Amino acid sequence: MPRSNLITSENDIEIGLDLAGDEEEEEEEVSTLQEEQRRERQRGRRRDGDRERKKRKNDRSRETSTAGEGEEEEEKRERGRRRREKSDRETEGRERNTEGNGRGKSGKTEKTRKNIKNEKTRKMEAEEEEEAGERKTKKKKREERTKEREREEEEEKPKLTEKKKKKKKKKKKKVETSSEQESSEEEENQEEDKEEEKEVRPESLTPEELEKLKEAVDEKKKLIQGLRGKPWPMKKKLLTLRESQEFVEKYEGALGKGKGRKLYAYKVMMTKKWMKFQRDFENFKTACIPWEMKIKEIESHFGSSVASYFLFLRWMYGINMILFGLTFGLVMVPEALMGRPYGSIPRKTVPRAEETSAMDFAVLWDFGGYAQYSVLFYGYYNNQRAIGWLKFRMPLSYFLVGVGTVAYSYMVVIRTMARNANESGVGDDNSFNFSWKMFTSWDYLIGNTETADNKFASITTSFKEAILEEQESRKDDNIHLTRFLRVLANFLVLCCLAGSGYLIYFVVRRSQKFALDGLENHTWWERNEVNMVMSLLGMFCPMLFDVISTLENYHPRVALQWQLGRIFALFLGNLYTFIIALMDEINLKREEEKIVKFNITMWEASLHNATESENSTAATVTIIQPADVPRGPCWETMVGQEFVRLIISDTMTTYITLLIGDFLRAVLVRFLNYCWCWDLEAGFPSYSEFDVSGNVLGLIFNQGMIWMGAFYAPCLPALNVLRLHVSMYLQCWAVMCCNVPQERVFKASGSNNFYMAMLLVILFLSTLPAIYTIVTIPPSFDCGPFSGKKRMFDVIQETLESDFPAWFGKVFSYASNPGLVLPFILLMVLAIYYLQSTSKSYKEANVELKKKLQTQNEENKKKNKRAALKAQMDLEEARKAAIKTPEHQKNNNASVKVPEDGDEQHRGSQRQNNCRNGRNLPPPRHQEQPPPNTRAPVSRSYHYGNQGPPGYLPGHPRHSEPRMCRAPNLQRH
Amino acid sequence: MDYTNDPDCKLPLALIVNMPELKENPFRNRIVESFSEDGMGNLSFNEFVDMFSVLSEMAPRELKAIYAFKIYDFNVDNYLCKEDLEKTLNKLTKEELTPEEVELVCEKTIEEADLDGDNKLSYADFENMITRAPDFLSTFHIRI
Repeated sequence: MPRSNLITSENDIEIGLDLAGDEEEEEEEVSTLQEEQRRERQRGRRRDGDRERKKRKNDRSRETSTAGEGEEEEEKRERGRRRREKSDRETEGRERNTEGNGRGKSGKTEKTRKNIKNEKTRKMEAEEEEEAGERKTKKKKREERTKEREREEEEEKPKLTEKKKKKKKKKKKKVETSSEQESSEEEENQEEDKEEEKEVRPESLTPEELEKLKEAVDEKKKLIQGLRGKPWPMKKKLLTLRESQEFVEKYEGALGKGKGRKLYAYKVMMTKKWMKFQRDFENFKTACIPWEMKIKEIESHFGSSVASYFLFLRWMYGINMILFGLTFGLVMVPEALMGRPYGSIPRKTVPRAEETSAMDFAVLWDFGGYAQYSVLFYGYYNNQRAIGWLKFRMPLSYFLVGVGTVAYSYMVVIRTMARNANESGVGDDNSFNFSWKMFTSWDYLIGNTETADNKFASITTSFKEAILEEQESRKDDNIHLTRFLRVLANFLVLCCLAGSGYLIYFVVRRSQKFALDGLENHTWWERNEVNMVMSLLGMFCPMLFDVISTLENYHPRVALQWQLGRIFALFLGNLYTFIIALMDEINLKREEEKIVKFNITMWEASLHNATESENSTAATVTIIQPADVPRGPCWETMVGQEFVRLIISDTMTTYITLLIGDFLRAVLVRFLNYCWCWDLEAGFPSYSEFDVSGNVLGLIFNQGMIWMGAFYAPCLPALNVLRLHVSMYLQCWAVMCCNVPQERVFKASGSNNFYMAMLLVILFLSTLPAIYTIVTIPPSFDCGPFSGKKRMFDVIQETLESDFPAWFGKVFSYASNPGLVLPFILLMVLAIYYLQSTSKSYKEANVELKKKLQTQNEENKKKNKRAALKAQMDLEEARKAAIKTPEHQKNNNASVKVPEDGDEQHRGSQRQNNCRNGRNLPPPRHQEQPPPNTRAPVSRSYHYGNQGPPGYLPGHPRHSEPRMCRAPNLQRH
Repeated sequence: MDYTNDPDCKLPLALIVNMPELKENPFRNRIVESFSEDGMGNLSFNEFVDMFSVLSEMAPRELKAIYAFKIYDFNVDNYLCKEDLEKTLNKLTKEELTPEEVELVCEKTIEEADLDGDNKLSYADFENMITRAPDFLSTFHIRI
């Protein structure tokens, strides 16, 4: 709210304050006659006081004497304290004595003169007189206290100048708070009191009061934190925030004692700075989220389910960015910068036989030639233990990055799953079917007419379906036929799966034969057969499944899950056939490697002989070019290449299907429609819908391949990042320009964890073969960072031995001893078992409680019905009675009405009346204050905030307060 | 409108309802009304901010529930009674359900969610139901 408005000029405020005070008085008018009389008396005094005050105010700006200020401040304190509840009065009374003593009666009158809120004080004054008696009894105590106090004041004199500043600030704030008085609740009043209390110098506070102060500060902090969740209007939020922030700012430093205080203040300041930094950082982070607008646009056109795919894509992109950062920063760049340059050793050089074609585009496109002998693939890396001036442990880094990639992925996926599970809560039961449909089915994100129409239609159908289900809950006429059809469908699907698996196996074997013959003799199709067949299968089988699933007659949601499961099985089958075929190839290569190894020893021996015959060893070493050295087949690079090719072809097919299936179709439908015999747009081909589940699955499998191949081809994450980046733009464009919103919109949130679970399964299944190859197959002897070792993980052993002190290696070897590892695993299994059983029992308890709740509800309903019936009877009786004695009619009705409605309803109806009154009447309605009894405390304390009167919905504008300050504004319009 | 000189100006309902974010929403009038102080749908700047703060993704579930209740409470009596539910349903389906169907759905809804058996949904009932809804958070927000 505009603060400057409030503090324009002091005179203005004065008026505003008087007004506010008046209104408050009206609101809280509970005074007895007696009190009014007393007030009358005081008003006389006041009038003189007012005049004097105006004079004083002019002086005030010039006023520099600390005494004057101090008094003023004290009087504020006084006022606040007076407002406090009686119970508190005891404790504060003591405190007040310390100051109150020095003043005397004359001081009191002066005080009143300066009072800003005259009306208020008037009332308080009355109370004060009552208190005077109380005070007398404590006079002795007081006197003791004053002595103490005087001593303290002496110490404090140097600090007074500081305090003055504070006080000025305080004055301003005071003005604000009082102008808003009507809207502030009891709690705030209390806060104010505390505030004033805190104005007391910290030294003079007893430990209890300090404790209180601390509590108050904590309370404020909590208030600030939870402010966002409070159902208040923004104006009030801002105000409360500002107030409590100022409060905390002012008094936080006062906490703590003596020397500790400075430290405390410093700490507080630092935490504040830190908070601010965090907030800024948070803002920065949200500003950095890419594609937010794009996704938002799609969301508004296609609803949340299509957008969920893009959100998933973005999430995937984030993960791949991190994987890419790891491999790029810790493996590729160090090798490229610090490792030996290209051409220095055989594994980093293109062999002589391939040199002529190494730069051909066809070869490079296949990731052969120069691409094969580069940092992109495993084979290029040297087994040198430390490279460069940094002594970077290349092989170790390579191994750890490989492991870290997998570990990180597991962590992220599982964490996301857990979070999703938390968010979705326990919303699995079907007990609120209709209510949820009613209140949560509209997607507030939709901002497109067509989508909105579709949404309306889908909501209508879903309601109709639900109604049908409700009406004929179990009425399946031909269960045998359905069963038969379902079995048939599953059989067909199984046939499809088996067929596709065999096809891939066959193709891979054939391609191996081609590879043995030499790739140059074959056509393009024969060379790329494997990838093409896999992509084509991935494209057409889902359609086939779709057709088959119409046989089954499942509910669409169930059908969708079946469909997803089948596609998943298909992809998985294909992938695993591919891997098995690859394993065959690896074995072949290893056979080849043995022969090559033997040949190399022969070759070296002959070389040696030759050099011996020549008798000049040094000369021959320089003569042999690294390109001429015979070398092994390096199966790791081969695996990496296969995966890279697979990814590339997969990407290409995705993009091409996108262009043909979506774009071309859309163009044809759009333009051929002018000259066609039927309506293409509404009829057969129409526009395509965005296939969320298929796309998500494609993404998941793509990721699986990345995880599988990343160890052997460090470039894979980079490629994937590129692919996802392009996909994001291309698919966004395709969706916006050539797809139509789905006719049956499924909710995406429910299946979120379903996709995540799939991702986890894929992650597990894809790391399995990778780990298997790493652990069981010995690395090639002449390429890659682990060459020369028996197994790849030996690099850990080596590091432990040479880079760590001896005792560490010993400890490690003890720790990895089976005698220790096995019990540890056993322990973990036991822990898992225990946790699982406890969670199961919790679940059961949950179900039990739910049941109990339901039975209770039913009982309640019955009881209420009975009560209602009884009330009706009573009412009728009353009516009869009323007819008999018409003069008592009114009383009777009133008494009967209460049991009829029940307690709560009664309150509700009352409220309703108030509410209605408040709403329907024109703005100036000061008179229509709700009667004070609506504020009465109620047993049910929901988290309505700590202020709302019970029964009012939190955040419901209470007609009493905000309108007051609005009234003048309305007139202005 | 000159906001700098006259910070208390209010936007009329008709203007806000035609925002692209709201214009397709069947409950747009209710949304705006329940955030306006005068109940007529005229929003001051603060109220406008308030509206989108509640409808933002960051708002906590409890807050959203409170305002969702207000939005669906057409006659502002702090209860969702049958008449409110009928209105909600008709807005959701563009009145394509027959009156009997509407009746049935409303009855079922009240039967499901009403805990205290007064044949209308109080805020407690509504909250109990909505906190378990899996889609409430994902659908009850607007991105601007």
